[in-house]
Amino acid sequence: MALSSKTKAVLLGPLNKNNPIIVQVLGICSALAVTSKLEPALVMAISVTIVVAFANVIISLLRKTIPNRIRIIVQLVVAAALVTIVSEVLKAYSYEVNKQLSVFVGLIVTNCILMGRLEAFALGNGPWPSFLDGIGNGLGYGWILVVVGFFRELLGSGSLMGHKVIPQSFYDAGYENNGLMMLAPMAILLVACIIWIHRANNKELQEENN
Amino acid sequence: MDAISLIVRSIFVDNMIFAYFLGMCSFLAVSKNVKTALGLGIAVTFVLVLTLPINYLLENYVLKAGALAWLGEEFATVDLSVFSLLIFIAVIASFTQLVEMVVERFSPALYASLGIFLPLIAVNCAILGGSLFMQQREFANIGMATAYSFGSGIGWMLAIVGMAAIREKLEYSNVPKPLKGLGITFITTALMALGFMSFSGINI
Repeated sequence: MALSSKTKAVLLGPLNKNNPIIVQVLGICSALAVTSKLEPALVMAISVTIVVAFANVIISLLRKTIPNRIRIIVQLVVAAALVTIVSEVLKAYSYEVNKQLSVFVGLIVTNCILMGRLEAFALGNGPWPSFLDGIGNGLGYGWILVVVGFFRELLGSGSLMGHKVIPQSFYDAGYENNGLMMLAPMAILLVACIIWIHRANNKELQEENN
Repeated sequence: MDAISLIVRSIFVDNMIFAYFLGMCSFLAVSKNVKTALGLGIAVTFVLVLTLPINYLLENYVLKAGALAWLGEEFATVDLSVFSLLIFIAVIASFTQLVEMVVERFSPALYASLGIFLPLIAVNCAILGGSLFMQQREFANIGMATAYSFGSGIGWMLAIVGMAAIREKLEYSNVPKPLKGLGITFITTALMALGFMSFSGINI
């Protein structure tokens, strides 16, 4: 199926110029906390994509019937129901990862990407564009998580997805894993570096004031 | 004594922002000047202290496996913990709505200065995070849960006020263009978090 230019913009915009994490500054909390290994980062990215896409569809279908004053509660209940389903599925099929993610699966409910997209997009658009918007934003969120997770696991424990990548001969020659990478602050620094590179390439996104 | 130790731990060691990155969205968006940062910090602490004990009671008397035993023999095996997320977020969202209405009715001045941030608190990860950590850590009684909520709230406030103060000074420094705004804020947060790591291991 060929995509029109508008749907293309909705789907691909969040991957680059309109990225939820590094441009819209949404959903930072979970992005930083789950990225010490690649695997939980991937699982988190997939879960968020699914939840955002379907929450978008549901809210977009309900958008004409929700009273304005209580819309946040309605959105939260829809999101919480979806997240509960995702968390139960995770518990059933990959218990270990679920344990690593701990409270952060539950925190998808308050992930600002979710609320932000529901408020900004799903309340004003039909179900199909909302679905694409959800997928796009989920992927935009996901690739940052995967990049950060990749570097943290590679430099911090010398492995990827739990498999050793850095050969033993390196360690014999005096190479050490950088334990600092496993600590929380390095996740923020890595995101800062991504922002730096991204903005150096996109001059229109640079800010005037500190 | 335990309660004081818990408060100190949750302010400095398990700081919501620097150790768990909870509530980062509003932390980054509202830390441009000290006054609004302080207002938001107080509001977050307030809602945390109100909702966490309520969620604690719900968790222990309604949701947990066997928590419904007080209703009678036949309820002793009921496990409603699947619904904990839904219940917690409903309590938090309705409470923020309630707090918003009460503040609007009784203190229009405070409402005007906090206005926009009040509804945003419902989606502040620090609040739901507090309730989820409470569920995970299984505090002994409601007093400990309240102490934890108070400590976490104060820790969050401390972080956002400190950040705002630094950002006010950053105004005058010469930052590389692509790092301006968001980038430098992230780096500052990382450095502050490194600083806060020196508190780990503290025992009172």
